[in-house]
Amino acid sequence: MDWILLLEWVIKGFALVMILLTGFAYLTLFERRILAFMQVRIGPNRAGPQGILQPIADAVKLIFKEELTPAKSEKFLFLLAPIVTVVPAVVIAAVIPWGTQFEAFGRTITLYVADINIGVLYITAIASIAVYGIVLAGWSSNNKYAMMGGLRSSAQMISYELPLGLSFVLVTLMAGSMRPVDIVEAQRGWWFGLMQPVGALLFLISILAEVNRAPFDMPEAEQELTAGYHAEYSGMKFALFFMAEYIKMIAVSAIMVMLFLGGYRELPGLQNTWFSVDQTWWLGPIYMFLKVLAMLFVMVWIRATLPRIRYDRLMSFGWKVMLPLSLALIVITALGLVLQPMWALAPYILTPVLSLAAFGLTVLLLQNSLARRQHA
Amino acid sequence: MTDLKEVSYEEIRHLVSDRAMSGETVLLNMGPQHPSTHGVLRLLLELDGETVVNCIPDVGFLHTGIEKNMESKTYQKAEVMTDRMDYMNPLGNNFAYCLAVEKLVGLDVPERAQAIRVILAELQRISSHLVWLGTSALDVAAMSVFLYCFREREIILDIFELVSGQRMMTTYFRPGGLWRDVPAEFDKAVRDFLKIIPKRIDEYEDLLTKNPLFLDRTVKIGTISGEDAINWGMTGASLRGSGVNYDVRKVFPYSGYEQYDFEVPLRSEGDVYARYLVRMAEMRQSVRIIQQALDKLPSGAVRSSNYKFVPPPRSEIGTSMEALIHHFKLWTEGFNAPQGSVYVATESPRGELGCYLEGDGGPKPYRVHFRTPSFDNLQVLPALSGGVFVADLVAIIGSVDIVLGDIDR
Repeated sequence: MDWILLLEWVIKGFALVMILLTGFAYLTLFERRILAFMQVRIGPNRAGPQGILQPIADAVKLIFKEELTPAKSEKFLFLLAPIVTVVPAVVIAAVIPWGTQFEAFGRTITLYVADINIGVLYITAIASIAVYGIVLAGWSSNNKYAMMGGLRSSAQMISYELPLGLSFVLVTLMAGSMRPVDIVEAQRGWWFGLMQPVGALLFLISILAEVNRAPFDMPEAEQELTAGYHAEYSGMKFALFFMAEYIKMIAVSAIMVMLFLGGYRELPGLQNTWFSVDQTWWLGPIYMFLKVLAMLFVMVWIRATLPRIRYDRLMSFGWKVMLPLSLALIVITALGLVLQPMWALAPYILTPVLSLAAFGLTVLLLQNSLARRQHA
Repeated sequence: MTDLKEVSYEEIRHLVSDRAMSGETVLLNMGPQHPSTHGVLRLLLELDGETVVNCIPDVGFLHTGIEKNMESKTYQKAEVMTDRMDYMNPLGNNFAYCLAVEKLVGLDVPERAQAIRVILAELQRISSHLVWLGTSALDVAAMSVFLYCFREREIILDIFELVSGQRMMTTYFRPGGLWRDVPAEFDKAVRDFLKIIPKRIDEYEDLLTKNPLFLDRTVKIGTISGEDAINWGMTGASLRGSGVNYDVRKVFPYSGYEQYDFEVPLRSEGDVYARYLVRMAEMRQSVRIIQQALDKLPSGAVRSSNYKFVPPPRSEIGTSMEALIHHFKLWTEGFNAPQGSVYVATESPRGELGCYLEGDGGPKPYRVHFRTPSFDNLQVLPALSGGVFVADLVAIIGSVDIVLGDIDR
């Protein structure tokens, strides 16, 4: 290993962290402006033109704010919790490929920080670490609301790790590899989101629960638990939780794009044109950016529209609906792949049709049970 | 840092179950600063996990002493305080108080004033229901509905500003009529609003009524039977959601409500969702009432011409000695009301708003008491919240539609 390679990694890692940190700041502005647009408001527009300096103003305010530590808290864990929450959020982005590769300075430079052949497992592992931060924050604050937020978070995480993990299995089956780059390249012709639309939907629901976004924002349910696990945090420690939430939003959107929406690849049907990343390498990061932006928009849109689901219903939804459905999807996907030697189009036609049928059946059963409850 | 003081459990021992003493259940102080208690309500919750075992409402954090203060003011001046009671329904409070004063001294109100009172009271009902819809939707985290509702409420407040110069604390109804006639633009402003609002109510219903997540949060939550609701003293939409047909506007019509053709929406389920549906339907009925009242709005005076109780128009003061004397007398010492007591009930957006007024022959009331719907609807909370989750409790508080100013007056 030569020192230039090391330097390359350092530069790429640094650039990624910077992109995430700036992206987080502007994501807050993006969310506030989009929410305001949907809610017939204006949103922050005072600091700089169109409010583009608002994130800086927020950061300055949070840095200079006094940090309070509750008198009867566990001081060490209280300090540790925000760090445990924010670090995995940043680290998780390391394996996501942002583009193909290009030649510069006589070297081939790849557009991802780490190329791990078990990248998908890495993502699952790191994603579940973040919940420790939330639980520890809830517990160490010595506040009952925070404690309830932390407990909700752990229950939620356990219920949603499984469908999340099973969605990874779907993709691994279809791609035949756990390596992120292989997964993206396997979607060269046809995105996995089109082969397995229901899987993509399940994954979307799971990641909303994973990053505590509406309608699964139970741990910080403002109307119930005031602020939940971060009720006692202020200043920069609070900002770290906030940062973790928004960086995770970016990271899971990127993962969603990578797994189901073709990653940095172009739209299906543009393979051999100038728009393909094979011919124009620098389009990769742009496609990735646009796709991630679209995902983030969907997340904000959901937040503006849907009421919060109740804590016990969330868990029964996770265990009784999402888990069986994702197991069924694995069988369906596997069936499509097994039949491929006989019928080449099986994964492209049979899999989506069958999984949509399974989804329709689930929706029907859900509706029935809701109607029964209403008339019982 | 000052030392923290532990509150002794002995102080609250009689309120909670024995399990709380052994630490098996958790005591949680919800409020008075909590986003979902709709003001400064404090709830002492005893929780088993997230299940509510006991819920003890604690009121009085917003106590204003309005009723007591009114005793030291003349009948006319005391009215200003009523605006501040139920701040979602200031015109309705004026309404109840004016009706009580008019009943006590035997004043007649001109037809036109009665009709305008009905129009404005119904507009107030819509605006109050809009705030209720917004906040109770926000309680289940449907945040956009909240801002949409405030958009429409703004139009209503503009109409109030048009007629009275004030958006909220209008004191527009006066004993014997109105402060002054409505301006010429009033008719158009209200008609424009009537054109918009049915479509907007449809939009809210699109967002919530059939939304599975909303159904999940409201159906079969906080159920109460009609009989229990009556026994607890519930009134208004919360009672009608339990299938009891009691609306003061229909049962004891006042201010000409009997002339208008409207229905009283009823649901029999008695849960949060039923109360939601009743209020949504009530808004549509209010639109009907306003439409009818506006179509047959009579012309004429808006104030009684009995100058012993009602100040003469300002234009007469310069020309008529008598008018000047009446004006001076009324605004210095006020009018003497006869000895005796009256009770007048009105239908506020929250339920039966009654005003009890006792005169001792002097210019100031001997006792004023308001039977406020929020107070009686709040006391049912412990009965509604047994065994529900904290998240449901928030939805239930929203559904009984309390206003803390109405409780601590």
